[in-house]
Amino acid sequence: MGVRVINPGLSTTVQDLGRPGYFHLGIPIGGAMDRLAMRAANLLVGNPEDAAGLEAVFVGPQLEFTADTVVAVTGADMPIKVDGEQKPGWTALEVRKGQVLSFDFLNKGARIYIAVAGGIDVPVALGSRSTYPIGALGGFKGRAIAAGDELPVGAAGGAKAGRSVPEALRRGPGRPTELRVLPGLYWHRIAESSQAGFFEDDWKVAPEADRMGYRFRGGRKLEFVEREQPFGAGSDPSNIVDSCYPYGSIQVPGGTEPIILHRDAVSGGGYFMIGTVISADMDLIGQMQPNTPTRFVQVTMEEAMKARADRARLLQDIRTALV
Amino acid sequence: MSKQEIRSPLPGVFYRRPTPDSPPYKNDGDAVAADDVIGLIEVMKSFHEVKAGVAARAIHFLADNEDAIMAGDVIAEVEG
Repeated sequence: MGVRVINPGLSTTVQDLGRPGYFHLGIPIGGAMDRLAMRAANLLVGNPEDAAGLEAVFVGPQLEFTADTVVAVTGADMPIKVDGEQKPGWTALEVRKGQVLSFDFLNKGARIYIAVAGGIDVPVALGSRSTYPIGALGGFKGRAIAAGDELPVGAAGGAKAGRSVPEALRRGPGRPTELRVLPGLYWHRIAESSQAGFFEDDWKVAPEADRMGYRFRGGRKLEFVEREQPFGAGSDPSNIVDSCYPYGSIQVPGGTEPIILHRDAVSGGGYFMIGTVISADMDLIGQMQPNTPTRFVQVTMEEAMKARADRARLLQDIRTALV
Repeated sequence: MSKQEIRSPLPGVFYRRPTPDSPPYKNDGDAVAADDVIGLIEVMKSFHEVKAGVAARAIHFLADNEDAIMAGDVIAEVEG
C-alpha cells in the first residue's frame, strides 16, 4: 500500500505530533502546525493520534492511492475531490485503488491535514516521522514530497468510512484572529506605552510567515527602556544576552515586526521576547493566511491554564464523538 | 466574446513585474498565451509565478502591483 504523488502542491510534508526532547540541542520540536487537526484526521481513519500524515500549506497535493483505503482531510477549508467528485472534510472517506485525491482553491484557513489509514510509514528519526526540511531530518527523505514519490503506508487498523467530526468541534481562527499572550521575562525592557500599544494595535500576518515563525506587521514600533547593553548583548536595544527561545515566544527584532516562533523554530538567540502565545492558541496560528488581521490579547497564567484545559476538553470531545 | 477570470492559487503579495526595475509581465490589453507568466505571488519567503492558464486576446488586471491577496482572489480578467 502506498500513496503516489502526482502533484505535491506548494509545500507538503510528512508530519506527526512532533519531536520533543531535542530543542536544547537545536533540533526543533517539529510536527503539525495545527496538531488538533492532525489528531482528528488520524482518529477519523482509525490511526493512533501520533501517526504521521501529510500537512499541505495553501495548495493541496494530488495523490493517487495504490490500494483501497480510508483517508480523512481536516484543518483548512479547501474543497476536496476524489476522482473529481466533491467530498466532505473532517470525514472518513473511502478511496479505491487507483483513485486520485485532489483539491480546489483554499477557502479559509491555511493548512490541511491528510491522514491515511495505517499512517505514512517513513522511518522514525529522533522519535518522530516529522519532516524538518532545513535540517534534512525525518519525513520522506528529509524533504517536502515531490511529484513521482511513492509514500509508504503502514498496516491499517480497519477504519470504517463515513464517520465525521461534528461541526461544533471543528475550530479555526476567527477574523480578526485573537492570540492570547502571557508577557515574559523581558517585559520590563519596553516602555509602558509600548506595553499597552502592543495589545492595542491592529496587526497583520506578513507573507514571510512559515513553519519556523509567524511574522506580523502593522503595529507601532516598540520603544525600549534605555540601558547600557550588558556584555554579550548586541548594540540594538532589542538585543539581549543570548537566551533560550520557547515555542510560542514572540521576538521583536529591532522592535518593529513581532515573530512568533512555531514548530520548526530556532531554539535560542539574542532577540528580546515580549512574551509567549499560550499553548491553547498555537494551533490557530497554523491556520492563519498571510494578511489575516490579528490582535494580541494579554492574559494571566491562570487564564492560560484554563484555556489549556478547555483545549484538552475539546480534544476529549472529539475523541468521544469518534469512538 | 467570452470573459474569464484568472484567480490566485495562493495568498500573499502580488507583483506584476519580475523585479522592481523591470517592465510588467503584461500590460492591460495585451494578448496572453496559456503558458505566459502574468505575475508573481510572494509567500513564505519565496516567489511563485502565476500563469494565465488560458489563451486570450486581451488581459485586464484587477489586482495592483504589491496588493495583499488571499487565495482564490481574482487577479485579472481575460477576453476572447
